[in-house]
Amino acid sequence: MNIYQEDLLDHYENPSNYGTLPDPDISHEEDNPLCGDQIRIDLLVEDDKIKEVRFCGHGCTISLAAASMLTEKIEGKSLDEVKQLTKDDILDMIGIPLGPVRLKCALLALKVLKAGAYGIHAWPGEEDE
Amino acid sequence: MHAAHFRPLDVESIRKDFPIFATEPPLAFLDNAASTQTPRPVVEAMDAYYDTYRSNIHRGIYRISEEATEQYERAREKVAQLINASRTRQIIFTRNTTESINLIAYSWGTANIQEGDEIVLTVMEHHSNLVPWQLLAQRTGAVLRFLEITDEGLLDFTQLRDALTEKTKLVAMGHVSNVLGTINPIQSVIEAAHAVGAKVVVDAAQSVPHFHVDVQQLDCDFLAFSGHKMCGPTGIGVLYGKLELLEEMPPFLGGGSMIRSVERDVSSYAELPAKFEAGTPSIAEAIGLGHAVDYITEANLAAIHVHEQELLKYAHQRLQEIEGITLYGPSAPHQKTGVISFNIEGIHPHDVAGVLDTHGIAIRAGHHCAQPLMKKLDVIATARASFYLYNTIEDVDRLYDGLCRTQKLMSRRKQ
Repeated sequence: MNIYQEDLLDHYENPSNYGTLPDPDISHEEDNPLCGDQIRIDLLVEDDKIKEVRFCGHGCTISLAAASMLTEKIEGKSLDEVKQLTKDDILDMIGIPLGPVRLKCALLALKVLKAGAYGIHAWPGEEDE
Repeated sequence: MHAAHFRPLDVESIRKDFPIFATEPPLAFLDNAASTQTPRPVVEAMDAYYDTYRSNIHRGIYRISEEATEQYERAREKVAQLINASRTRQIIFTRNTTESINLIAYSWGTANIQEGDEIVLTVMEHHSNLVPWQLLAQRTGAVLRFLEITDEGLLDFTQLRDALTEKTKLVAMGHVSNVLGTINPIQSVIEAAHAVGAKVVVDAAQSVPHFHVDVQQLDCDFLAFSGHKMCGPTGIGVLYGKLELLEEMPPFLGGGSMIRSVERDVSSYAELPAKFEAGTPSIAEAIGLGHAVDYITEANLAAIHVHEQELLKYAHQRLQEIEGITLYGPSAPHQKTGVISFNIEGIHPHDVAGVLDTHGIAIRAGHHCAQPLMKKLDVIATARASFYLYNTIEDVDRLYDGLCRTQKLMSRRKQ
């Protein structure tokens, strides 16, 4: 099994929820200093539920596909549910094992999302959990 | 670098010394600027230490400890010969280039650099030849000045002349850029720096493995390189320094081996090189490095350089056939070593390296520990292929084919 399989490439080429929101309740952006990937996530929250989500940025297949999949997963979920998401949720979505370097790419969107949900500057880390 | 008399490399027989290439198809290892592979004679020399004379050095009054000490010191002699140091004690064993440069920055730097002094660097420096000077500047109030590069990735010599003043106390420069492969005119830089009374640190991590470097001819004040980029093991590096500088410098790390006598409040220090080798060193690794020096010397550094130039010329030619490719650095192969940094339009370098990996081709992707240079080139990252003595024309062909496949895969429905 390799990381350049169809479904990941589909997400990379035609990402879900790509773009920005005009008036988001939460907007957060971070980069991965190792490779310069950058992801921003905008959330519209209503009754504590995520009503709309958009992401934008640049990066490799893994980081963008993971962001696309993650936005699909969180629509309609509460912020509390978002805070509970872990590394394993991302790995389950991607469905293939990743080495430590590509893991950082895969987890960038989750880091951005969690920092946004908690309203903090940066999520301390996901790799070790 | 000089076209001395030598036999061309027998690459086929060299490859037999590297078990990692024994698979079919063989690994196309093109990340040699990061770390090279290890030939059997080096591994066997380290095994022999562990199997037959494993012991600490410089202390034991028994046969195998004497043997270990002799082999460790023999490695130092080999390194001294390799770079033509006039005295063996000018060779200090460290962990790697980074530690060597930190040693200079802490020991020589703290004793000699004051507020307002200037340290001249280039935007091409690897972080290992940048961050130690930033830390020194923060401690002392010294100022860092950066030389830009031309669009071709070459050092702008007029800028150097302008930057050098009586305030300049140090020039720290990579001999060869790890990203662009640019060979800097280091000898002229050293002459110009000495003319204003500045010292020069040469980061030779990317030069000593690939062509003959002569510290007496260069007249450099310090020179640093790593064993693991020249067929040696990880965990062993070298610092060369001029004798009078090393002798004046205070110790870097304190501890065992580096002392002459120790009292409760004060110690006196050992002579060179022990003064800078506190604690039990990387004994097996030093011995391994000595054999790596034998290995590349036997293959012949001039022959290695010519071989890499051939691969580089061929790779330049092939890679330029690829649509949307940008090659960074000098276009003339003779101005660089066997390093090619590139990007393919619309494909993240991580994906280039990721797809190539699925075809058994190992290249590097990222900022190559040179973020200021990435900014200067206005890229986030690059892909980089780099050669060594065991690489072949077939490796280059596989790189080319792999890049074509990458492009096909990553742009299936685009455009």
